[in-house]
Amino acid sequence: MLSPIILVPAVLNGLLTGAVYGLVALGLTLIYGVLHIINFAHGALLTAAMFAAFFAHRLLGLDPYLAALGLTPLFFALGYGLQRFVIGPAAHGEDRNILLVTLALAVVIENALLYGFGADTRTLNLAYAFDVVDVGVAFLALPRVIAFGVVLAVALVLWLILALTDTGKAIRAVAKEKLGAELSGIDVAHIYAVTFGLGTACLAIAACLLIPTYYVNPHIGNGFVLVAFTIVVLGGMGSVTGALIGGLFVGVVESLCGLYLGESLGQIGIFIMFILVLLLRPSGLFGERA
Amino acid sequence: MSYRSAQLTRRRLLQTTATGAAVAAAGLVDAPALLRAQGAAVKLGVLHPVSGALSYSGQQGRLGATLAIEDVNAAGGIKALGGAKFEAVLGDAQSTPEGGNAEVEKMNSAGVAAIVGGYASSICLTASQTAARYDLPYLVDVGVADNIVTRGLKNTFRFGPGFGVIAKTALDNLVTINEAAGKPAKTVLIVHEDSLFGSGLAKLLNTQLPDRGFEVLDTIPHPTPTRDFNNVVLKIKAQNPDLVIPANYYNEYVLLARTMQQQRVRQKGVYSVLGGAASSYKFVKEFPEAAQYIMDCNHWFDPRNPKALALRKRVEEKGQFYTYEVFMNYSCVLLLADALERAASAERAKVIAALESSTFSGHLMPYGPTKFVNGQNQGAAPVNTQVLGNDIQVIFPQTFATAKPVFPMPPA
Amino acid sequence: MKRASLAHLGVVVAVLAAVPLLTASNVVLNFLVVALLIALVGQGWNVLGGYGGQFSFGHAAFFGTGAYVSAILQTRYGINAWLAFALGIAGGALVGALIGALTFRSGLKGSYFALVTLAFAEVLRILASVAPITGAGVGILITLDLRPQAFQFQSRAPFYWIILALLAVSFLIVRLIEQSRFGAWLVAVRENEEAAKAVGVNTRRVKLAAMTISAAITAAGGAFYAQYFLFVDSGIAYGPWISIEALLAPIVGGIGTAFGPLLGALVVKMLGELTKLVTGDAPGLDLVIYGGVLILIVAFAPQGIAGLIADLRLRFARLRRRLPERAHG
Repeated sequence: MLSPIILVPAVLNGLLTGAVYGLVALGLTLIYGVLHIINFAHGALLTAAMFAAFFAHRLLGLDPYLAALGLTPLFFALGYGLQRFVIGPAAHGEDRNILLVTLALAVVIENALLYGFGADTRTLNLAYAFDVVDVGVAFLALPRVIAFGVVLAVALVLWLILALTDTGKAIRAVAKEKLGAELSGIDVAHIYAVTFGLGTACLAIAACLLIPTYYVNPHIGNGFVLVAFTIVVLGGMGSVTGALIGGLFVGVVESLCGLYLGESLGQIGIFIMFILVLLLRPSGLFGERA
Repeated sequence: MSYRSAQLTRRRLLQTTATGAAVAAAGLVDAPALLRAQGAAVKLGVLHPVSGALSYSGQQGRLGATLAIEDVNAAGGIKALGGAKFEAVLGDAQSTPEGGNAEVEKMNSAGVAAIVGGYASSICLTASQTAARYDLPYLVDVGVADNIVTRGLKNTFRFGPGFGVIAKTALDNLVTINEAAGKPAKTVLIVHEDSLFGSGLAKLLNTQLPDRGFEVLDTIPHPTPTRDFNNVVLKIKAQNPDLVIPANYYNEYVLLARTMQQQRVRQKGVYSVLGGAASSYKFVKEFPEAAQYIMDCNHWFDPRNPKALALRKRVEEKGQFYTYEVFMNYSCVLLLADALERAASAERAKVIAALESSTFSGHLMPYGPTKFVNGQNQGAAPVNTQVLGNDIQVIFPQTFATAKPVFPMPPA
Repeated sequence: MKRASLAHLGVVVAVLAAVPLLTASNVVLNFLVVALLIALVGQGWNVLGGYGGQFSFGHAAFFGTGAYVSAILQTRYGINAWLAFALGIAGGALVGALIGALTFRSGLKGSYFALVTLAFAEVLRILASVAPITGAGVGILITLDLRPQAFQFQSRAPFYWIILALLAVSFLIVRLIEQSRFGAWLVAVRENEEAAKAVGVNTRRVKLAAMTISAAITAAGGAFYAQYFLFVDSGIAYGPWISIEALLAPIVGGIGTAFGPLLGALVVKMLGELTKLVTGDAPGLDLVIYGGVLILIVAFAPQGIAGLIADLRLRFARLRRRLPERAHG
């Protein structure tokens, strides 16, 4: 029954899903790599971005792909502000407090959305949502193919920003040696906020890529967070390419486990792999030693 | 029903517990049900998960119950109690059993005459158990787990059908509809969510369908939430069953139906059990094409009942969808009002006795007169609906049918 | 960190024990039962996270095992509920020891340790949601049998005293740890693991012991949950919610202090109820305020409430010392 006829499309499908996971994880890994915090608000911010993309279409008639151009800077600013004025000051640099603040922030965001927009599941019915690309062995949904391409492009841009711009160099300097960076005149609080902003901006793009084929409700982002954590660890915390490859890898693993073990038990595949990787190779599959 | 999913549900930071200081103070003068004079308001506990993972269903349920309370009050309240008005004591179970439990404690302290709601089986199980400590009548609105009414709790009643009845009806009706159409469907594939309802149904279908001339090609479980249905649809495509039987919740159903449309998969029929498109005006409105001809076996109102149709209009005028939570909770409140009327008292034991002897038929459901045996309403059963045009029609049983089933689906 | 004195513990427990004698309100008792349950689970987390510095995001693994073991033994094997309760604790401890042995052997710490515990809890949750013995998606309903020998009571008060007693035992355990050489090693591991190793502490064994004790305490909370609500399913038992509750209470209350989890649980639960009272019936609004206040608490009490109290005391003492000086001067 599980002939190549079904196996090949399942792998392709896993890659497409994995690309978006990768983008969500990209934001998370960037924040982790620089601030060394596990951002529990990541899922709620993704939810917020999906609501934004939804209403950009519903109220302003903006196509999600077009909306991404506006939402990305908007969410960068949001992320910047959150780190600079909420998380940073409230947490006093203590890991456990950052943990608590991001958790509390998630509660606030998620429930503000529930209060403001209700618990409805909302979907966009876009004309191209049902278009497919026929690659011979499978029909691939057009929005998912677009998403795949956009994710690759975003990862490339992000990598270039980190490698070539001054801010990027400052980010890498802070990630490596916070004290040294501070001494050489880098404004660490600013760099932290920029990084958080970049991570949040990734979510805005991910949201715009998801909304054409997915739905949004106030709890939607949570489902992505555990997967994103897994990817961040697999890819090596802080590694852009690691997050991307890790995302694709997890997408395929999830797809194949779902195929062979059933969707219910199949989820277990990701976590078992995650545990094994951590126990046997704690620096991640693709990461350098942290 | 699955009320708590795999996610990092942060709202759980605070699941409800009981009380803060203020309620604590109120609790010190805890005097349930004693201070009520004739004609004074009758307090009614309205318990739903209005925040958390189940908040949509919970809010719909609350809507139905509060509309019914408005109507009972507008019609002069409980006449046997001197026109006493219902006063709603709203509770949020926060989609967790502990939350439901804590709300029941508060409602009891507030001196409610009865509690309606719960929605999820797990919430109903714990909330009704807590209510039983105070002999407080508890009317389950939806929760389908059979053991809700088999624990021997005298205070617990369920107006709607339990799992066993729903599953059996779904199976019987499927066979009947297929035979009436000349048996076009010989092979089926089951896609089900993996909690109580979906798993139980899949098990039952797997044991019973072969005896009734069907071949079950595959049974695919999935969790709630599931993010992607492409693999499931691939399997459907590869095995090409005559009939797909999904048994899952709305969000997953939407993704499944959309993916099927995307992958150009079209079977002779889709026969959904609970939560499919043919029991959701929302889906029909938002995805008319994907919804067309889908059949469903679910809680549904009696389409010949003018009161049910009037309520639909009212709900839609509010910009809400007329979902089963709404009309089931509406019916439950009317049922309680009738019990209070006949008990001529808000005393709990008398209300329980009145519920036990209820023959109420003024509700919106195609159940006939209410008759509780061990707390379960005997007439309760789901019906079959189908999306035809831009509306949902009842296609079975014939006594309630507003249209004939279109099966198999005409080619696109 | 300040050590909790035995007298303090005695006073706190005695005051709490008197509550059912002062109020007949089950609303209050139920509130306190749940708050103390969270305090107990948090105390478990505190042993490993607060004293040992090993932050776990997966205490659900122990809570759930305690709940399931006790529920399964009662319902499927007819074992007495009290015995099942004890075995539930043992089961949780065993899972703690196993996970600890695996993770500490690989030298996982910090975020890696946190995430791997989360993954273990998720694996258990998924297994419990498909395995027949846990009732799969249906869960387990413990049969109603309101007799003390079945660990079920007509009134809420006995439940309250039992959870209070469990919490008191956990206080004593923490107190013993604080005073023992093991406790000193544990704190040494938290402060500087390499240094501890250098002076000859078997850090792996210390962490493993802490994790086992931690798991046992948290499992007691899980087994109690099963007994109190008589219902367990995979989301309740192994869901991330309880892992979050477990770390929230001690961090808010004061990490690495004996009273921290209790203070934190009471404050957090009280806050939840107060915000509900303030906002009325608007879904979600209470939680928005709740989250906001939580951020403020962290901002103004970075060492937890216990830290804040200690700080205030210190200032007060200074003030008092200064006042007479001024009077003389």
